[in-house]
Amino acid sequence: MHAFANPAKFLSLARPLTPWLFWLGLTLILAGAACGLFLTPADYLQGDSVRIMYIHVPAAWLGMGGWSSMAIAALVQMVWRHPLAGVAGRAIAVPGALFTAICLATGSIWGRPTWGTWWEWDGRMTSMLVLLFLYFGYIALARASAEQAGGIGDNGGVSRVTAIFALVGAVNLPIINRSVVWWNSLHQGPSITMRGSTIDSAILWPLGLTMMGFSLWFGAIVLMRMRAILAQNKVEARLARRAREA
Amino acid sequence: MNHWPFIIAAYALTALGTLGVSWTSWRAMRSAEARADALRKEH
Repeated sequence: MHAFANPAKFLSLARPLTPWLFWLGLTLILAGAACGLFLTPADYLQGDSVRIMYIHVPAAWLGMGGWSSMAIAALVQMVWRHPLAGVAGRAIAVPGALFTAICLATGSIWGRPTWGTWWEWDGRMTSMLVLLFLYFGYIALARASAEQAGGIGDNGGVSRVTAIFALVGAVNLPIINRSVVWWNSLHQGPSITMRGSTIDSAILWPLGLTMMGFSLWFGAIVLMRMRAILAQNKVEARLARRAREA
Repeated sequence: MNHWPFIIAAYALTALGTLGVSWTSWRAMRSAEARADALRKEH
């Protein structure tokens, strides 16, 4: 990990990786979505609305996975003072918030024909909404700490307080995961676990494609945002040096 | 109930969001790297 603590070394890997992740991810997303929309059968109970699963589940996975990664980055930033950890945390926040919002929106759209309602204040939906607000809080905190410091700085603008916020917010992740077990919910119980899946394989298989595709695409977006932060940091440093010399 | 309008709405929303964040992230990266390169060449 420390081998890539040097931004120059990180960039030498990130530059060629970004287009590969992006285009491979997009291809898998399109292939998985096309297969899910036109090749798989409708569910015997939910009908065609089950096809929303191919985007809803990856969105939930990346919304939660995004915050998990931010919490790990925060820990690495505080314990090992890795110079790229704060940059990574800040780069993940916006796509993570986007996928949480997509998860909530597609779940709501899926709920209308399946449950007869757009929204229910149950454990799963409420805890996912809390995650979205946590993302907004993190983004606002990171932006405020960067402004207060007068620039992005070494940690991508992620102050110690922002990093602690990411760590504390991770408490919500097991609540989201176990919410359908702990409380009565309109949302179905855990259907994909380490022991297997209760979903028929005839319907399940394109989900692997969209999960993989969205994950790769997410990686590409995070790399793009990290590269933008690092370049902006470089610009700020050069301008500051120039101002000192003048 | 016809489910297809719901399916189309969910996919359209996802496409819009993902393409939007792709575009803004790519543009931010390109402009920041171009500025950094221009400053380096000036020096």
